[in-house]
Order: sequence, then structure tokens, then C-alpha cells
Amino acid sequence: MAGVAVSTTINGDAVEYLCQPDETLLEVLRDRLGLTGAKEGCGTGDCGACSVIVDGRLVCSCLVLGAEAEGRKVETIEGMAHGDQLHPLQQKFLEHAALQCGICTPGFLIAAKDLLAKNPSPTEEEIRFGLAGNLCRCTGYDKIVRAVQDAAEVMKGA
Amino acid sequence: MNFDPRFSGRQFASVGTRPIRPDGVDKVTGRARYGADFNMAGQLVGRILRSPHAHAVIKSIDTSKAEKLAGVKAVITAKDLPDLTDGDAAMYDILDNCMARKKALYDGHAVAAVAAIDARIARQALKLIEVEYEVLPHVTDVDEAAHHHAPLINDQVFTEGLEEKPAKPSNVTKRTQFGHGDVHAGFAKADFIVERSFKTEQTHQGYIEPHACVASVNPDGTADLWVCTQGHFVYRQHCAQLLGMEASKLRVTSSEIGGGFGGKTHVWAEPVALALSRKAGRPVKLVMTRDEVFRASGPTSATSIDVKIGASKDGTITAAEATLRYSCGPYAGSWAEIGAMTAFACYKLENVKTVGYEVLVNRPKTAAYRAPSAPMAAFAVESAVDELAHELGMDAVDFRIKNAAQEGTRASYGPVYGPIGIGPTLEAVKHHPHMKAPLKANQGRGMACGFWFNFGGQTCTDLNIGMDGSVSLAVGTVDVGGSRASLSLVAAEELGIDYSHVKAIVADTSSLGYNDMTDGSRGTFSSSMATISAARNAIKILRERAAQTWDIPVEDVHWEKGHAIAKGEKYGNLSPLSLKEIAAASGKTGGPIAGHSELVADGAGVSFATHICDVEVDPETGSTRVIRYTVVQDAGKAVHPTYVEGQYQGGAAQGIGWALNEEYIYGKDGRLQNAGFLDYRIPVCSDLPMIDTQILEIPNPNHPYGVRGVGETSIVPPLAAIANAVSNAVGVRMTHIPMSPPRILAALDAEREG
Amino acid sequence: MVEVTLWGSLSAVAGGKARHEIEAKDIRELFRKLAEQYPGIEPWIDRGIAVAIDGTIYRDTWSKELPEGAEIFLLPRLAGG
Ligand code: FES
Ligand code: FES
Repeated sequence: MAGVAVSTTINGDAVEYLCQPDETLLEVLRDRLGLTGAKEGCGTGDCGACSVIVDGRLVCSCLVLGAEAEGRKVETIEGMAHGDQLHPLQQKFLEHAALQCGICTPGFLIAAKDLLAKNPSPTEEEIRFGLAGNLCRCTGYDKIVRAVQDAAEVMKGA
Repeated sequence: MNFDPRFSGRQFASVGTRPIRPDGVDKVTGRARYGADFNMAGQLVGRILRSPHAHAVIKSIDTSKAEKLAGVKAVITAKDLPDLTDGDAAMYDILDNCMARKKALYDGHAVAAVAAIDARIARQALKLIEVEYEVLPHVTDVDEAAHHHAPLINDQVFTEGLEEKPAKPSNVTKRTQFGHGDVHAGFAKADFIVERSFKTEQTHQGYIEPHACVASVNPDGTADLWVCTQGHFVYRQHCAQLLGMEASKLRVTSSEIGGGFGGKTHVWAEPVALALSRKAGRPVKLVMTRDEVFRASGPTSATSIDVKIGASKDGTITAAEATLRYSCGPYAGSWAEIGAMTAFACYKLENVKTVGYEVLVNRPKTAAYRAPSAPMAAFAVESAVDELAHELGMDAVDFRIKNAAQEGTRASYGPVYGPIGIGPTLEAVKHHPHMKAPLKANQGRGMACGFWFNFGGQTCTDLNIGMDGSVSLAVGTVDVGGSRASLSLVAAEELGIDYSHVKAIVADTSSLGYNDMTDGSRGTFSSSMATISAARNAIKILRERAAQTWDIPVEDVHWEKGHAIAKGEKYGNLSPLSLKEIAAASGKTGGPIAGHSELVADGAGVSFATHICDVEVDPETGSTRVIRYTVVQDAGKAVHPTYVEGQYQGGAAQGIGWALNEEYIYGKDGRLQNAGFLDYRIPVCSDLPMIDTQILEIPNPNHPYGVRGVGETSIVPPLAAIANAVSNAVGVRMTHIPMSPPRILAALDAEREG
Repeated sequence: MVEVTLWGSLSAVAGGKARHEIEAKDIRELFRKLAEQYPGIEPWIDRGIAVAIDGTIYRDTWSKELPEGAEIFLLPRLAGG
């Protein structure tokens, strides 16, 4: 199979790669670019562990083709902190212990970032429905919801 | 072992605080490396071919076409994993489960594997492997399998534990029995008796991270294995034994683990990856798909349980009896046995009898799932206890308080209890504001109790003090949910230094002595014991060094708040030496300072929990929402309370999923029909309310800080608590888990017609 | 001399008796003497037997002493999650 040449922007940097036409963006990120922060929990769009933002839209990178990233802006967990300054969501996830095993955490952080970008003061219910595409098996979600609530407060003040 | 594990009732400086975990930043930035996040130069992609049949003889496997495909570097079958188990039946079962030998025993059973240069070629190669099967009749239901007409899964199985060896083989591998007193006499004294049968369906641990490993076997016979596991030392033993290697030649590194809950305590793909690497002469990365995780790893038992409980008018239970049948998958297990031990553990009973039957079925080999076997038994027993309370006209909590086990009670599984927390959790629930929260139409409240043993086990810890006085702690139990934070707190506590100066890591199998599996809620219990012991050993050396520096007898040197202090009038002019000062001088006082500990942490404290749950049932659709949930559990001592709360909440959430949704659905063809997160639906954020927690601390007398295990008990009460809540909401006793909408509607219809 | 109680299924291979008086100072000696008396117990010991001494369960510490007059109960050695 002939490779597809792709030029895209990932976390603000120009990136070029060759990928197979049937290769997913998740595979490209993890296996070609070494960005293993996005996780594969299912490969079928059901767990959200592979969440990334493409042109301001939250997507499951396991359902997007690598070739589709051409000319777009991709944001992954690796680009969430600014230098050594954690994003308020990252900080609040740590403070609230919103992670146990942490495998779901990158996906939740990306999804929560997208949620707060669209709705800076969500209610508990809006958070719960906004994050319903992400599975966590460890926490029971309680501390995740609280961390997002707390981060929303901080971000409004900023 | 000159280490005194007894509880000392000390005041804590670090333990009980809530600092940020040491591995946290890596996990929120995506840097933490899990099973699938590791790669080696020249690595191949491994894939496994799995049986589509629930039960079939493997007549032949032709791998020649696959081998010829360009890019394929190795193809293996059972022949490449010869039987080296030497009569060890349990190991043989593990081997056969990794790669089917004569028969495929469940849909998803591995029959062959390939290693190729990329995933596409590997997948293509699987399609070129020709397996000739002779399909046999199968059985997946636990009750059907126990029936004497059922297709036999293994004709060498004759039920153990009967008075006489049975004449014919069956699918029941073992009968076990526990109890004391005379249940017949007890029931004769009862004024009220409740007798019911219950069923629970099979569920999966549902960790979000699929099994993943990278295996690299070198030409000189040494090997490395990177893997997500709950116990890398046990994986090393098992893999080395199955591949005929010396354990010390196989170095196993545990990756960060993306959830296990008991499901990552058994080898599955790892021996296969090693065998592929050995044959191909290159590293092999093997990652299961989600479909494979469901079809071929986990799950827990499906059960069928009969319970009978009798009580006198004053509310005293006079007798209790249960018969428990648990599915084991196609290999012998001891799952019903655990159910039989835990079933009535919460109660003070004069007459009690439980009998367990282990049943083989054509489903994946049952694996431990958080307090394995206890939730199902608790569901049956706590449902019957609730019903009995109703019949007696007693409040469900008061009835349980009246019959709760206490210190000195003979447990239904045999021994007499030391100090335990069932009574206090019940009292806490009785006075909890949740019990007074108003309920609306179609809502119901339920509560239930749960018990789990908790384990200890072999544990090894190294504590090294750097020249700058900072401390590295190397532990051998895998961190499944924050234990590096807890253990750093413990080291800081013992040494009397600040938490920020301690850095804990999980060491690989070549760097530390053997550690048992991180199971049975033992991580913090055992490794904290070993950490305390290691720290005390280091303190002994620190005191010696200070004594040397001062040139005084070591007996006169005490350790307080991170400092060596010369005790006694005569040393008035000696100012204390800090750990940092002693460490800085260590090169000249005898070399590096470290404390090691190798011990068996035994005496883990049993733990109890009581949960309260409010649900709302939609009578039109039968769908149920949990609207309020409270967990009360004894932790012994909560080392890092936030993570203890997290364990309580996580267990409750898993229990809620089990109670309401999750189940393995098999078709008539014996194939699993819902092997994905879309159809095997675990709770999502919008399904759940906040989960309130209350930590009780009834110290475990066999741990210096009073720690008990906390990880598992929280999944025991939810099935029953929710079933009781649903039953109270709809007025019909629910006896089949999960209480999915169709089951609730069917129960309502039956009631209307009944 | 200590009195040891076996769980239901184990007593089946120990002459059908649940209670046994045995002269043993620690768990190791207890297992050895039981196996001498009832060879059928040996495979059970290999598979794993835990010993509850006054309610505390010991799974691996075979050197654990058995105090005179203690309540001693044998249980299957379990695995957890
Ligand atoms: S891996 Fe993409 S949604 Fe699960
Ligand atoms: S923290 Fe483990 S899955 Fe969310």
C-alpha cells in the first residue's frame, strides 16, 4: 500500500508524516510520532481514552484517519501544559486525586478542556453528560467531577 | 524476623495527610508509560488466533501458508510451548489457557499466534492459518453445566470433597463445606424462615487498559518482559516455568497499570509473546484488542445460590444455610469455596452451613475480580436478610445490628474474630443523614453489608538514603491506585522527615527480592509493613553512625523527628544530628546507608462495609437510576484518606454496574455476543451520583499503624444494597443480577399477573 | 498440645473428624504431624492451607508459634483480586 503524505499541526508544531490510508490518527500519534499520551482502550469509539481535539472539535482519534489530519490543528495531552506550568485541569486532577490508575486521565483532561471551552460554568449535570463519552473504571467519577468543577472556578477567575 | 508488627497506637505526622502522589504529574501530562506505551528497536507485532467455537477438538493446525507470507517472522502453536509443568495441575491449566492443546474450551481460546513486521501483515497471517475443528456440544450456563446430562468439559474430572469418589466424571470439580452448629435444630426454633434462589451473571473487571506486553528473548537465553501486571514477580515465575527458563534470567518490569482489579493476576499473552520472540529472534509486542480482553481474559463467576435463613420473633437469627454454585470457566477453581466462606461472615450465628460447588463451563477461565466471589454471596444473603427483617417487622438496620458479628464471635468460616468493624459501620449507617433523606414516588432505599478477608504475603522493600538525605524507596508491589504515595508517607513517618524527600518506585524483578501478587487488598498493608521494617533498619544504622560520630554507646542514641539525639545529662552539649547531616557524612562513617526488609506480612485484618443506596425505577421502562449512594467502611487506618475514599467510590461504582447493567451474554452457539464497551456497558459519568464515603478506623492489631486492606470490600455490598433498594421501590423481590430493564419489567409483570 | 479445628471439606480427609489434638509448637510442625497421621492431607497442604490463630489468618508464616490454649482453625488459602 502506498503511503499518504500528511502535513499537519500538532500542539502548535508543524509535523509531516507518511501513513497508510487505513491507519487511524491514534496509530499515527502513538506508533509514528511517539505521542503515547492518547491511549487505546477499545479502538471503537466507546471509551474516550484516545480523545484529542482536531480544529477545536473533540474526537476519538481511533475513529479518525491519520490522513484526515491534513491541514488541521491537532491538540493532544502532550500539549496541554505550558512548559512547566500545568493546565488548571491537570493541577486540579492532581489535587482532587481524580485519577487512580490514570489510564483514562489524558482522555478526560482533553474532554474536560473541550467542555470548559464551550461552557465555562457547567452544572454538575452538564459535566456528567459532557464527560459521558469517557470511561473510567477506577474512580466512580466523583473526584473527576469535583476536579472539573474546581478547575472551572479557577479558570473563570483567571 | 525481629520486626514487631503489633499496633502501637502512635500519633502520626505524615500518615493520614493527603499530599499529591509522586507519579501524578506523569499521569496528567501523558508521560506515564503503560503496557502498550513501550517499544523496542526491531520489535515485531504479535497477534493471537482464537477459537470461534465454545468447545471443539483441534484436529489439526496448518500454519504453512502463514509462514510463507512476506513479513511474517514466527508462527507458533501449542507445540512451541511444550508441557514443562511436571504434574503441576494448576500450571498446566495456565499453559492450556495460554494456548489450547487438544481442545478449544471457550469462544476466544487461543490456538495459534504470529509475529510479523506490522499489524496488517500479522492480521493477514492469522487468516492464512488453517485450523480443523471437530465441534463438540458445549455448555455455558452454570446450572445446566452442573446437571448430570451436561456435555462434559473434562472427562477426567471427578468431584472432589464428596464422601466417596463419584463413579462418573462431571463438570463439578469440587464440593466444599463450612459452618458450625446444627442448622436443622436452628430452623426448628425459627418463627420466620426466608428461602430463596438467586442468580448473578458473569461480569468483567473492565479495566480500561487492555493487556499489553513487550517480550524480548536474547540468543543467550536471557530475556526481558515489559508488562502491565498486578504482580511482575509472579509473572516471572510463571513465564519462566512455562518456557523452561531460570527465573533470574528473565527480568520483568511492570509498567504503569491501567486497572487490574484482579484481572491482571494471571498470565495470558505473556508466555505467548515470549515464545514468539524466542522463535523469531526479535522483540515482540503483543497488545490485546478490547474484543480479546472480553473473550479471553477476566471474567468473574456466574452464580446460582440458594439461601435459607430463619429467625425467632425477637429478631435473633436461629439458623442460616446456603448452597452456592460458581462457574470457573473450563478449569478447576476455588470460587464457590470463597463464596461459601464469606456468605455469612457478617453475622453472629449459632447454626450455619454453607456448601459450595465449583462448576466447569465453556467460558473463559474465571479470574479474580475485587473481593472475588464475595459480592454474589452477599447479594443472596443480604437480600434474604432484608426480606426476613420485613417479615419480622423490624428495621433492616436494627435487625442486622442485633445479629452482627463482634469481637469473640465465631465466624461462619471458622475462626473467632478479633476486633472488627461490622457493628460500627452499621451504627454509622443508622445515624447517617442519608437514612433520613426524603424519597419520592418510584424511589426506594436499600442497604447491605459486606465482608472481605484481605491478605498479606511475601514482600520485599529497599530504602536507600542518598548523600543529600533524600530517600529512595523501591517496592515490589505494583501501584494499582496510589500506593507509591501511601508508602512514601509511611517512610516519611518512620524516618521523621517530610514526604517531599521520599521518592517511591516499583522495582523490577532483577532489582528486588520476590514479592507476591498485588492482590487481596494487600498492596498498602504488606508494603507498608515492609517499608516500616526497612525504615527501622535504616534508623538503626543512622543511630550507629551518630554514635560513632559522637563516640558514645549506640544505646544512648535515640531517633526522634528525623534526628539522632544523645539521651542523658552527660551529653547535654551534643546537639542533635539530622538525617541529612548523618547522610552527608556517611562516606566517612561506613558507607551508604540503607534499610532492607524481606518479610511475610501476615495477619491482614478482615474488613467490613455497609452501604446505603437510593434508586429510582421507571415503571414504564424498567430502567433504574442510582440517585444517592453512601459507603461506610472500616479501613483500620487510612494512610492517604483521599485514595481510600477513591477505593470506596470505585468499588461502589463497579458494583452499581454489575447490579444494573453488566453481563456476559452468550448465544446458543456458545459465542459471546457483547464483547465490546458498546454492548457491555459499564457505568459512565452521567449514570452515577456523587458517592459519599465515611471512613471508620478500627485498628488492625497486627499492623504497626493499624492498617487493614481497603481495596476490595467496597464492591461486596452494592449488588445487595441496590437489589434491596429496587425491591423496596417496586415492591417485588429481585433475585437475578443484573437488574436490567427487561428483568425488572418481567418481575413487575409477573407480580401483576401473580 | 493444641486443639486444631479443620474446615468441613478438610475434615473429610482427616478421618471425618473436625477437631484434632496435636502436639505441635508451630505451623510447620502442625502440618507435618497432620500429614503423618493423614496422608490424604498432603495435597491440600501443597495447594495451600491458611491457619487462623485466635482469629488472625496466617497464610505463609510457617514458623508462627501455636500458643497453648489458642483457638486454631485451618482454612483454605485464598487468592484475592
Ligand atoms: S480507543 Fe478510541 S474511544 Fe476507545
Ligand atoms: S483512573 Fe483508572 S480508569 Fe480512570
